[in-house]
Amino acid sequence: MSDWRPGAPLSIQRQRAALLSDLRQYFERLGVLEVETPLLCRHGVTDPGLENFVVPCRDQERFLQTSPEFAMKRLLAAGSGDIYQICKAFRAEEVGKRHNPEYTLLEWYRLGIDHYDLLREVGELVCSLLGRSGWQVWPWRTLLQHVLGAGSHVASRQDLEQLARHNAGEIPTGLDRDGLLDLLFSHCVEPAIGKWGVVFIVDYPPTQAALARQVEAPDGQSLGARFECYVDGLELANGYWECGDADELMNRFTADNQLRKERGQSPRPVDHQLLAALDGGLPDCSGVALGLDRLLALRAGADALDDVLSFGWARS
Amino acid sequence: MANFSTNEFKPGLKVMLDGEPCSILENEFVKPGKGQAFNRVKLRNLRSGRVWERTFKSGDSLEGADVLDVELEYSYTDGEFFYFMDPVSYDQHAAGADAVGDTQKWLKEQEKYEVTLYNGAPITVTPPNFIELEITETDPGLKGDTAQGGSKPATLATGAVVRVPLFISQGEAIRIDTRTGEYVSRASKS
Repeated sequence: MSDWRPGAPLSIQRQRAALLSDLRQYFERLGVLEVETPLLCRHGVTDPGLENFVVPCRDQERFLQTSPEFAMKRLLAAGSGDIYQICKAFRAEEVGKRHNPEYTLLEWYRLGIDHYDLLREVGELVCSLLGRSGWQVWPWRTLLQHVLGAGSHVASRQDLEQLARHNAGEIPTGLDRDGLLDLLFSHCVEPAIGKWGVVFIVDYPPTQAALARQVEAPDGQSLGARFECYVDGLELANGYWECGDADELMNRFTADNQLRKERGQSPRPVDHQLLAALDGGLPDCSGVALGLDRLLALRAGADALDDVLSFGWARS
Repeated sequence: MANFSTNEFKPGLKVMLDGEPCSILENEFVKPGKGQAFNRVKLRNLRSGRVWERTFKSGDSLEGADVLDVELEYSYTDGEFFYFMDPVSYDQHAAGADAVGDTQKWLKEQEKYEVTLYNGAPITVTPPNFIELEITETDPGLKGDTAQGGSKPATLATGAVVRVPLFISQGEAIRIDTRTGEYVSRASKS
């Protein structure tokens, strides 16, 4: 292709530089240390929703990170205190208007606070950067019922499949319950909150806790201590009150790899350096990852990520 | 044919779905933060023209369709088939009434048409946006008619009926927009 020109105008490059400068000043004021960790890692991730780019190296295969989470947790376990990182992350096969396989991530960890405290911090930062006045907080099951009807949060696999067909037409066969929930979320819930401004979703079901710790709600139900931040229907940030229990995470990684096999994906070796670090003691902390290209797109009023990337996937 | 994965789906790509050749119109990658990714795809069934909306698991693939768009000259009809010729190779292609569809009323000898071939056989025939045809029958214009006047029906050489201004008379050639079936102007003098 002979089209060598950047996809985003130079004015966007200036806005990106200003955003990075704003963020670095913000974290400096908070006393959060900027760190760097490797992009090319010995271990990939087991999460079936993520695919690493696998890079052949001389000694072994290496993986381009899907997020700096594991390495940053090793720093936290080594006593780093509050830290943040601005880096590239890579997700194979995620190409679209709102996804670029290589993207810029802001990830930070704060000691001694839970995910609700971190949610407030994210809310204030996002509102100040985007000029918004406030945010809404929705428990996952309340939001699901609001959009899809009463009882949808506890519906059986068969009922969810019917609901998905009703709302999305022809869908792939053989999706498991969480797969159907993911489909309904991206086809129905995300569009429904598209005009709600800044929305936080909290209290995820335990099967969608990812790396968050599980907590017990006052009514006795088990919840994932996780939040997602959406702005105008665009998923911007994902945060956890971190699970520091190495045995619990080992169980989740094993279950991930089992699911990967069932879905026809290759299993990934578990990161034992992470588990060893957790055994050494991860301080009580909450962490969040925020997509900076999306934040810039929202700030610039751009519709697609390609409009804010110098050279998006097709031009890189 | 090669297989194409959802992340290779681009507008214009021709694929097989449910045994039908389709052209991809739109492909949207969606993923709810964590969790499973999907592609919401709009495709046009090239045989029926209908638009289908499907959700695929991201990474699923479809077989490519042996579909080719070529520009061919209309030659003649034997009543059952419509014959088109490749102006370079002189190869002839016979298109059935299904493939020609509504384009039948815009078929003019030696005119070029975009023909979509599926496994080598025509499945759709698209006329040029503008075509010039002779009027074989229309009422005579009335005295005092002007360019701003009303309109009247006129039958064209192909059998199509279009509305033309009152000052147009039988035997004249006119320019038609085939997308709307509307009169544009008198034909350019050749």
